[in-house]
Amino acid sequence: MIQRIDPPLALLAELSHRCPLRCPYCSNPVELERASSELSEAEWRRVLGEAARLGVLQVHFSGGEPMVRRDLEALIGAASEAGLYGNLITSGTLGGERELAAFARAGLKHVQLSFQDHDREGNDRIAGLAGAHARKLAFAAAVRAVGLPLTLNMVVHRQNLDGVSSMIDFAVEQGARRLEIAHVQYYAWALANRAALLPTRDQLDAATEIVEAARARLRGILAIDYVVPDYHGVRPKSCMNGWARRFINISPSGRALPCHAAEIIPGLDFPSVRTASLEEIWYRSAAFNRFRGTDWMAEPCRTCERREIDWGGCRCQALLLAGDAARTDPVCALSPDHFVVEAALAEAKRAPPAFVYRRF
Amino acid sequence: MARLMVSASDVLKIAPHIVFRFDDTRQRWVMMAPERLMLPDEQAVEILKLVDGKANVGEIVDALAARYTGAPRELIAKDVTAMLQDLADKGCLAGDPAH
Repeated sequence: MIQRIDPPLALLAELSHRCPLRCPYCSNPVELERASSELSEAEWRRVLGEAARLGVLQVHFSGGEPMVRRDLEALIGAASEAGLYGNLITSGTLGGERELAAFARAGLKHVQLSFQDHDREGNDRIAGLAGAHARKLAFAAAVRAVGLPLTLNMVVHRQNLDGVSSMIDFAVEQGARRLEIAHVQYYAWALANRAALLPTRDQLDAATEIVEAARARLRGILAIDYVVPDYHGVRPKSCMNGWARRFINISPSGRALPCHAAEIIPGLDFPSVRTASLEEIWYRSAAFNRFRGTDWMAEPCRTCERREIDWGGCRCQALLLAGDAARTDPVCALSPDHFVVEAALAEAKRAPPAFVYRRF
Repeated sequence: MARLMVSASDVLKIAPHIVFRFDDTRQRWVMMAPERLMLPDEQAVEILKLVDGKANVGEIVDALAARYTGAPRELIAKDVTAMLQDLADKGCLAGDPAH
Protein backbone atom coordinates (compact mmCIF):
# COMPACT_ATOMS: atom_id res chain seq x y z
CA MET A 1 0.00 0.00 0.00
CA ILE A 2 1.40 3.39 -0.98
CA GLN A 3 0.86 5.94 1.76
CA ARG A 4 1.21 9.66 1.45
CA ILE A 5 4.04 10.90 3.64
CA ASP A 6 3.50 14.39 5.01
CA PRO A 7 6.50 16.65 5.61
CA PRO A 8 7.70 16.97 9.23
CA LEU A 9 6.37 19.81 11.37
CA ALA A 10 9.10 20.10 13.98
CA LEU A 11 12.80 19.46 14.42
CA LEU A 12 14.35 18.73 17.79
CA ALA A 13 17.97 19.83 17.57
CA GLU A 14 19.90 18.14 20.34
CA LEU A 15 22.97 20.33 20.15
CA SER A 16 24.96 18.53 22.84
CA HIS A 17 24.60 15.85 25.47
CA ARG A 18 26.73 17.94 27.85
CA CYS A 19 24.77 19.29 30.84
CA PRO A 20 25.64 20.57 34.32
CA LEU A 21 22.65 18.70 35.80
CA ARG A 22 22.52 15.01 36.67
CA CYS A 23 18.75 14.34 36.77
CA PRO A 24 17.96 10.68 37.45
CA TYR A 25 15.23 10.70 34.77
CA CYS A 26 17.30 12.27 31.99
CA SER A 27 15.89 11.36 28.58
CA ASN A 28 19.31 11.37 26.94
CA PRO A 29 20.67 7.91 26.16
CA VAL A 30 22.59 6.09 28.87
CA GLU A 31 25.54 6.07 26.44
CA LEU A 32 26.06 9.82 25.98
CA GLU A 33 27.78 11.26 22.90
CA ARG A 34 31.07 13.10 23.50
CA ALA A 35 31.70 16.76 22.65
CA SER A 36 34.30 15.79 20.02
CA SER A 37 31.63 14.03 17.93
CA GLU A 38 29.18 16.96 17.90
CA LEU A 39 28.08 18.53 14.61
CA SER A 40 29.85 21.76 13.71
CA GLU A 41 28.14 25.11 13.31
CA ALA A 42 28.38 24.79 9.52
CA GLU A 43 26.77 21.34 9.63
CA TRP A 44 23.91 22.58 11.80
CA ARG A 45 23.37 25.56 9.49
CA ARG A 46 23.01 23.20 6.55
CA VAL A 47 20.58 20.99 8.51
CA LEU A 48 18.44 23.99 9.51
CA GLY A 49 18.22 25.16 5.90
CA GLU A 50 17.29 21.67 4.69
CA ALA A 51 14.68 21.41 7.43
CA ALA A 52 12.97 24.64 6.40
CA ARG A 53 12.93 23.58 2.73
CA LEU A 54 11.48 20.20 3.73
CA GLY A 55 8.55 21.93 5.44
CA VAL A 56 9.64 22.00 9.09
CA LEU A 57 8.03 24.96 10.86
CA GLN A 58 9.40 24.86 14.38
CA VAL A 59 12.84 24.09 15.76
CA HIS A 60 13.52 23.24 19.38
CA PHE A 61 17.11 23.83 20.49
CA SER A 62 17.73 21.28 23.18
CA GLY A 63 20.32 18.88 24.54
CA GLY A 64 21.69 18.15 27.08
CA GLU A 65 22.08 21.81 27.78
CA PRO A 66 22.13 23.72 24.47
CA MET A 67 23.80 26.73 26.09
CA VAL A 68 27.08 24.83 26.28
CA ARG A 69 27.37 25.59 22.55
CA ARG A 70 29.13 28.86 21.80
CA ASP A 71 27.49 29.04 18.38
CA LEU A 72 23.94 28.90 19.76
CA GLU A 73 23.24 32.54 18.91
CA ALA A 74 24.41 31.96 15.32
CA LEU A 75 22.23 28.85 15.02
CA ILE A 76 19.18 30.68 16.37
CA GLY A 77 19.82 33.38 13.78
CA ALA A 78 20.19 30.84 10.98
CA ALA A 79 16.92 29.17 11.98
CA SER A 80 15.11 32.47 12.13
CA GLU A 81 16.41 33.56 8.72
CA ALA A 82 15.18 30.27 7.29
CA GLY A 83 11.68 31.06 8.62
CA LEU A 84 11.75 28.54 11.45
CA TYR A 85 10.05 29.32 14.77
CA GLY A 86 12.82 28.99 17.34
CA ASN A 87 12.38 27.63 20.85
CA LEU A 88 15.11 27.23 23.46
CA ILE A 89 14.78 24.33 25.91
CA THR A 90 17.21 24.94 28.75
CA SER A 91 18.10 24.12 32.33
CA GLY A 92 18.89 27.80 32.93
CA THR A 93 22.16 27.02 34.67
CA LEU A 94 24.51 28.60 32.11
CA GLY A 95 24.44 32.16 30.83
CA GLY A 96 21.91 34.87 31.53
CA GLU A 97 20.60 38.21 30.34
CA ARG A 98 23.45 39.02 27.96
CA GLU A 99 23.02 35.75 26.06
CA LEU A 100 19.22 35.91 26.13
CA ALA A 101 19.17 39.46 24.77
CA ALA A 102 21.40 38.32 21.89
CA PHE A 103 19.14 35.31 21.25
CA ALA A 104 16.06 37.55 21.17
CA ARG A 105 17.79 39.84 18.66
CA ALA A 106 18.69 36.78 16.58
CA GLY A 107 15.00 35.85 16.37
CA LEU A 108 14.35 33.42 19.23
CA LYS A 109 10.63 33.25 19.98
CA HIS A 110 10.32 31.40 23.28
CA VAL A 111 12.17 29.91 26.23
CA GLN A 112 11.26 26.72 28.05
CA LEU A 113 13.05 26.61 31.39
CA SER A 114 13.17 23.45 33.49
CA PHE A 115 12.82 23.27 37.24
CA GLN A 116 13.23 19.97 39.02
CA ASP A 117 11.05 21.17 41.91
CA HIS A 118 9.59 24.49 43.04
CA ASP A 119 11.81 24.80 46.13
CA ARG A 120 15.58 24.96 46.42
CA GLU A 121 16.08 21.83 48.49
CA GLY A 122 13.97 19.60 46.23
CA ASN A 123 15.29 21.13 43.01
CA ASP A 124 18.96 20.80 43.86
CA ARG A 125 18.63 17.27 45.25
CA ILE A 126 16.83 15.98 42.14
CA ALA A 127 19.07 17.92 39.73
CA GLY A 128 22.14 16.63 41.57
CA LEU A 129 23.68 20.11 41.55
CA ALA A 130 24.02 22.49 44.50
CA GLY A 131 23.05 26.06 43.62
CA ALA A 132 21.02 25.06 40.56
CA HIS A 133 17.76 26.56 41.85
CA ALA A 134 19.33 29.97 42.50
CA ARG A 135 20.79 30.03 38.98
CA LYS A 136 17.42 29.10 37.49
CA LEU A 137 15.67 31.91 39.38
CA ALA A 138 18.20 34.40 38.00
CA PHE A 139 17.71 32.95 34.53
CA ALA A 140 13.91 33.30 34.75
CA ALA A 141 14.39 36.95 35.76
CA ALA A 142 16.64 37.45 32.72
CA VAL A 143 14.02 35.94 30.40
CA ARG A 144 11.47 38.40 31.77
CA ALA A 145 13.93 41.27 31.46
CA VAL A 146 14.50 40.68 27.74
CA GLY A 147 10.76 40.19 27.14
CA LEU A 148 10.78 36.63 25.83
CA PRO A 149 7.75 34.49 26.70
CA LEU A 150 8.51 31.90 29.34
CA THR A 151 7.30 28.36 29.84
CA LEU A 152 8.31 26.49 32.97
CA ASN A 153 8.77 22.77 32.62
CA MET A 154 8.37 20.66 35.72
CA VAL A 155 9.08 16.97 35.45
CA VAL A 156 7.01 15.22 38.11
CA HIS A 157 7.27 11.81 39.78
CA ARG A 158 6.50 10.20 43.11
CA GLN A 159 9.15 12.24 44.96
CA ASN A 160 7.78 15.69 44.04
CA LEU A 161 4.24 15.17 42.75
CA ASP A 162 2.61 16.04 46.07
CA GLY A 163 3.93 19.58 45.62
CA VAL A 164 2.05 20.19 42.36
CA SER A 165 -0.09 22.95 43.86
CA SER A 166 3.04 24.87 44.94
CA MET A 167 4.56 24.31 41.48
CA ILE A 168 1.57 26.01 39.86
CA ASP A 169 1.80 29.00 42.25
CA PHE A 170 5.54 29.15 41.59
CA ALA A 171 5.01 29.30 37.81
CA VAL A 172 2.64 32.24 38.20
CA GLU A 173 5.13 34.01 40.50
CA GLN A 174 7.86 33.51 37.90
CA GLY A 175 5.78 35.25 35.23
CA ALA A 176 5.37 32.14 33.07
CA ARG A 177 2.46 32.05 30.64
CA ARG A 178 2.72 28.29 30.26
CA LEU A 179 3.55 25.48 32.62
CA GLU A 180 4.33 21.99 31.48
CA ILE A 181 3.74 19.41 34.15
CA ALA A 182 5.26 16.36 32.58
CA HIS A 183 5.28 13.00 34.27
CA VAL A 184 8.52 11.11 33.85
CA GLN A 185 8.52 8.72 30.94
CA TYR A 186 10.38 5.51 31.54
CA TYR A 187 13.27 5.29 29.15
CA ALA A 188 17.03 5.50 29.58
CA TRP A 189 18.00 6.88 33.01
CA ALA A 190 14.36 7.07 34.10
CA LEU A 191 13.81 3.36 33.47
CA ALA A 192 16.82 2.57 35.65
CA ASN A 193 15.19 4.69 38.38
CA ARG A 194 11.59 3.63 37.79
CA ALA A 195 10.99 2.19 41.26
CA ALA A 196 12.10 5.53 42.75
CA LEU A 197 9.99 7.63 40.35
CA LEU A 198 6.69 5.99 39.40
CA PRO A 199 3.85 7.56 41.42
CA THR A 200 1.02 5.60 42.98
CA ARG A 201 -2.49 5.83 41.56
CA ASP A 202 -3.71 7.79 44.61
CA GLN A 203 -0.89 10.32 44.24
CA LEU A 204 -1.66 10.71 40.55
CA ASP A 205 -5.40 11.20 41.05
CA ALA A 206 -4.86 13.85 43.72
CA ALA A 207 -2.44 15.76 41.47
CA THR A 208 -4.73 15.54 38.44
CA GLU A 209 -7.59 17.03 40.45
CA ILE A 210 -5.39 19.96 41.55
CA VAL A 211 -4.29 20.60 37.95
CA GLU A 212 -7.85 20.55 36.61
CA ALA A 213 -8.98 23.07 39.23
CA ALA A 214 -5.98 25.34 38.57
CA ARG A 215 -6.60 25.27 34.80
CA ALA A 216 -10.09 26.67 35.31
CA ARG A 217 -8.95 29.21 37.92
CA LEU A 218 -5.99 30.46 35.84
CA ARG A 219 -7.61 30.56 32.40
CA GLY A 220 -5.97 33.30 30.35
CA ILE A 221 -3.19 33.72 32.94
CA LEU A 222 -1.34 30.42 32.93
CA ALA A 223 -1.88 27.62 30.42
CA ILE A 224 -1.07 24.24 31.94
CA ASP A 225 0.02 21.35 29.77
CA TYR A 226 -0.31 18.17 31.74
CA VAL A 227 0.90 14.82 30.47
CA VAL A 228 -0.20 11.87 32.57
CA PRO A 229 2.06 8.85 32.96
CA ASP A 230 1.06 6.23 30.43
CA TYR A 231 1.69 3.37 32.89
CA HIS A 232 -1.50 4.40 34.66
CA GLY A 233 -3.52 4.62 31.45
CA VAL A 234 -5.69 2.05 29.68
CA ARG A 235 -4.57 2.88 26.14
CA PRO A 236 -1.06 3.89 25.09
CA LYS A 237 0.04 7.41 24.26
CA SER A 238 0.18 8.39 20.60
CA CYS A 239 3.96 8.48 20.84
CA MET A 240 5.39 11.31 18.70
CA ASN A 241 1.94 11.35 17.03
CA GLY A 242 3.09 8.24 15.20
CA TRP A 243 6.52 7.11 14.07
CA ALA A 244 8.02 9.59 11.58
CA ARG A 245 4.74 11.41 11.02
CA ARG A 246 5.54 14.85 12.47
CA PHE A 247 8.92 14.97 14.22
CA ILE A 248 12.52 14.58 13.36
CA ASN A 249 15.20 14.50 16.00
CA ILE A 250 18.88 15.13 15.34
CA SER A 251 21.33 13.85 17.94
CA PRO A 252 24.47 15.84 18.82
CA SER A 253 26.57 13.80 16.40
CA GLY A 254 24.04 14.16 13.59
CA ARG A 255 22.07 10.96 13.75
CA ALA A 256 18.49 11.47 12.53
CA LEU A 257 15.83 9.77 14.62
CA PRO A 258 12.01 9.68 14.65
CA CYS A 259 12.25 10.33 18.41
CA HIS A 260 15.07 10.99 20.84
CA ALA A 261 14.97 7.47 22.31
CA ALA A 262 14.79 5.50 19.05
CA GLU A 263 18.50 4.69 18.89
CA ILE A 264 17.98 1.87 21.39
CA ILE A 265 16.00 -0.12 18.80
CA PRO A 266 18.32 -2.80 17.37
CA GLY A 267 18.44 -3.58 13.66
CA LEU A 268 17.63 -0.06 12.49
CA ASP A 269 20.34 1.91 10.73
CA PHE A 270 19.56 5.52 11.59
CA PRO A 271 21.08 7.75 8.93
CA SER A 272 23.42 10.61 9.70
CA VAL A 273 22.88 14.14 8.42
CA ARG A 274 26.62 14.04 7.67
CA THR A 275 26.04 11.59 4.81
CA ALA A 276 22.42 12.10 3.74
CA SER A 277 20.05 15.01 3.21
CA LEU A 278 17.07 15.44 5.54
CA GLU A 279 14.80 14.91 2.56
CA GLU A 280 16.32 11.51 1.76
CA ILE A 281 16.18 10.59 5.42
CA TRP A 282 12.56 11.62 5.95
CA TYR A 283 11.04 10.14 2.81
CA ARG A 284 13.31 7.27 1.82
CA SER A 285 15.35 5.86 4.70
CA ALA A 286 14.47 2.34 5.83
CA ALA A 287 14.60 3.40 9.51
CA PHE A 288 12.02 6.18 9.12
CA ASN A 289 9.73 3.94 7.04
CA ARG A 290 10.02 0.94 9.37
CA PHE A 291 7.09 1.79 11.68
CA ARG A 292 5.29 4.36 9.56
CA GLY A 293 1.55 3.99 9.17
CA THR A 294 -0.14 0.73 10.15
CA ASP A 295 1.26 -1.97 7.83
CA TRP A 296 3.91 -3.05 10.33
CA MET A 297 1.36 -3.78 13.05
CA ALA A 298 0.52 -7.19 14.47
CA GLU A 299 -2.54 -7.99 16.59
CA PRO A 300 -4.09 -6.59 18.69
CA CYS A 301 -3.16 -3.29 16.93
CA ARG A 302 -3.73 -4.41 13.33
CA THR A 303 -7.52 -4.56 13.61
CA CYS A 304 -7.89 -2.10 16.51
CA GLU A 305 -10.20 0.83 15.83
CA ARG A 306 -7.67 3.10 17.56
CA ARG A 307 -4.74 2.10 15.30
CA GLU A 308 -4.64 5.52 13.61
CA ILE A 309 -5.21 7.34 16.92
CA ASP A 310 -2.43 5.93 19.08
CA TRP A 311 -0.38 4.32 16.28
CA GLY A 312 0.39 1.28 18.44
CA GLY A 313 1.84 3.43 21.23
CA CYS A 314 5.57 3.69 21.67
CA ARG A 315 8.05 1.51 19.76
CA CYS A 316 10.80 2.09 22.32
CA GLN A 317 8.55 1.09 25.18
CA ALA A 318 7.54 -2.08 23.32
CA LEU A 319 11.22 -2.92 23.01
CA LEU A 320 12.09 -2.07 26.61
CA LEU A 321 9.14 -3.84 28.23
CA ALA A 322 8.26 -6.62 25.77
CA GLY A 323 11.64 -7.17 24.10
CA ASP A 324 10.41 -6.40 20.56
CA ALA A 325 9.84 -2.92 19.07
CA ALA A 326 7.20 -4.31 16.66
CA ARG A 327 4.85 -5.49 19.43
CA THR A 328 1.96 -3.51 20.91
CA ASP A 329 3.05 -1.03 23.57
CA PRO A 330 2.61 -3.01 26.81
CA VAL A 331 0.93 -0.10 28.59
CA CYS A 332 -2.14 -0.93 26.46
CA ALA A 333 -4.48 -3.10 28.51
CA LEU A 334 -5.08 -5.19 25.35
CA SER A 335 -1.38 -6.05 25.04
CA PRO A 336 -0.44 -9.65 25.91
CA ASP A 337 2.58 -8.13 27.71
CA HIS A 338 0.54 -5.79 29.91
CA PHE A 339 1.42 -7.79 33.05
CA VAL A 340 4.91 -6.20 33.08
CA VAL A 341 3.31 -2.78 33.54
CA GLU A 342 1.08 -4.11 36.31
CA ALA A 343 4.21 -5.45 38.05
CA ALA A 344 5.84 -2.01 37.85
CA LEU A 345 2.75 -0.38 39.33
CA ALA A 346 2.80 -2.88 42.20
CA GLU A 347 6.47 -1.99 42.80
CA ALA A 348 5.49 1.70 43.06
CA LYS A 349 3.57 0.95 46.23
CA ARG A 350 6.78 -0.03 48.08
CA ALA A 351 9.34 2.36 49.59
CA PRO A 352 11.44 4.06 46.87
CA PRO A 353 15.11 3.08 46.44
CA ALA A 354 17.86 5.74 46.20
CA PHE A 355 18.36 7.57 42.90
CA VAL A 356 20.95 6.44 40.37
CA TYR A 357 22.18 9.81 39.06
CA ARG A 358 23.08 10.41 35.45
CA ARG A 359 26.84 10.59 35.00
CA PHE A 360 29.08 11.48 32.11
CA MET B 1 -0.98 39.50 35.16
CA ALA B 2 -4.72 39.52 34.49
CA ARG B 3 -6.77 37.65 31.93
CA LEU B 4 -7.42 39.59 28.72
CA MET B 5 -11.21 39.70 28.31
CA VAL B 6 -12.17 40.38 24.71
CA SER B 7 -14.88 42.99 24.13
CA ALA B 8 -16.11 45.00 21.13
CA SER B 9 -14.03 48.10 21.94
CA ASP B 10 -10.72 46.20 22.29
CA VAL B 11 -7.97 46.76 19.76
CA LEU B 12 -6.01 43.53 19.52
CA LYS B 13 -2.89 42.43 17.77
CA ILE B 14 -1.11 39.12 17.28
CA ALA B 15 1.27 38.76 20.25
CA PRO B 16 4.90 39.51 19.35
CA HIS B 17 6.11 35.93 19.84
CA ILE B 18 3.32 34.45 17.70
CA VAL B 19 3.87 33.89 14.00
CA PHE B 20 0.87 33.86 11.68
CA ARG B 21 1.99 33.24 8.14
CA PHE B 22 1.31 31.41 4.91
CA ASP B 23 3.22 28.13 4.64
CA ASP B 24 4.34 27.52 1.07
CA THR B 25 5.00 23.81 1.64
CA ARG B 26 1.47 23.05 2.80
CA GLN B 27 -0.22 25.88 0.89
CA ARG B 28 -2.14 27.04 3.95
CA TRP B 29 -1.99 29.59 6.77
CA VAL B 30 -0.38 28.46 10.01
CA MET B 31 -0.14 30.01 13.45
CA MET B 32 2.91 29.18 15.50
CA ALA B 33 3.03 29.57 19.25
CA PRO B 34 5.38 28.24 21.91
CA GLU B 35 5.53 24.48 21.37
CA ARG B 36 2.23 24.60 19.58
CA LEU B 37 1.16 24.78 15.96
CA MET B 38 -2.34 25.82 14.99
CA LEU B 39 -3.91 25.29 11.58
CA PRO B 40 -6.69 27.90 11.41
CA ASP B 41 -9.56 27.11 9.04
CA GLU B 42 -10.56 29.48 6.24
CA GLN B 43 -12.96 31.43 8.43
CA ALA B 44 -10.41 31.86 11.23
CA VAL B 45 -7.81 33.03 8.68
CA GLU B 46 -10.18 35.74 7.45
CA ILE B 47 -10.68 36.95 11.03
CA LEU B 48 -6.98 36.81 11.93
CA LYS B 49 -6.03 38.86 8.86
CA LEU B 50 -8.18 41.66 10.32
CA VAL B 51 -6.45 41.54 13.74
CA ASP B 52 -3.96 44.28 12.93
CA GLY B 53 -3.59 46.42 16.06
CA LYS B 54 -5.73 49.15 14.47
CA ALA B 55 -9.33 47.96 14.09
CA ASN B 56 -11.25 47.17 17.26
CA VAL B 57 -13.24 43.95 17.60
CA GLY B 58 -16.51 45.71 16.72
CA GLU B 59 -14.99 47.05 13.51
CA ILE B 60 -13.67 43.59 12.63
CA VAL B 61 -17.19 42.25 13.05
CA ASP B 62 -18.54 45.07 10.85
CA ALA B 63 -16.05 44.23 8.11
CA LEU B 64 -17.01 40.54 8.23
CA ALA B 65 -20.75 41.34 8.33
CA ALA B 66 -20.33 43.45 5.19
CA ARG B 67 -18.53 40.55 3.52
CA TYR B 68 -20.89 37.74 4.59
CA THR B 69 -24.31 39.28 4.18
CA GLY B 70 -26.04 35.92 4.70
CA ALA B 71 -25.23 35.74 8.43
CA PRO B 72 -26.75 38.04 11.09
CA ARG B 73 -24.26 40.46 12.65
CA GLU B 74 -24.99 39.22 16.20
CA LEU B 75 -24.04 35.68 15.23
CA ILE B 76 -20.80 36.86 13.61
CA ALA B 77 -20.03 38.97 16.71
CA LYS B 78 -20.56 35.97 18.99
CA ASP B 79 -18.36 33.64 16.91
CA VAL B 80 -15.59 36.20 16.44
CA THR B 81 -15.49 37.12 20.15
CA ALA B 82 -15.41 33.46 21.19
CA MET B 83 -12.57 32.70 18.79
CA LEU B 84 -10.53 35.73 19.84
CA GLN B 85 -11.11 34.98 23.53
CA ASP B 86 -9.86 31.45 23.02
CA LEU B 87 -6.73 32.75 21.26
CA ALA B 88 -6.22 35.38 23.99
CA ASP B 89 -6.43 32.65 26.62
CA LYS B 90 -3.75 30.73 24.72
CA GLY B 91 -1.53 33.82 24.89
CA CYS B 92 -1.68 34.43 21.14
CA LEU B 93 -3.17 37.94 21.24
CA ALA B 94 -2.14 41.12 22.99
CA GLY B 95 -4.23 44.16 23.83
CA ASP B 96 -3.03 47.56 22.68
CA PRO B 97 -2.52 49.83 25.71
CA ALA B 98 -2.69 52.93 23.45
CA HIS B 99 -6.40 52.33 22.90
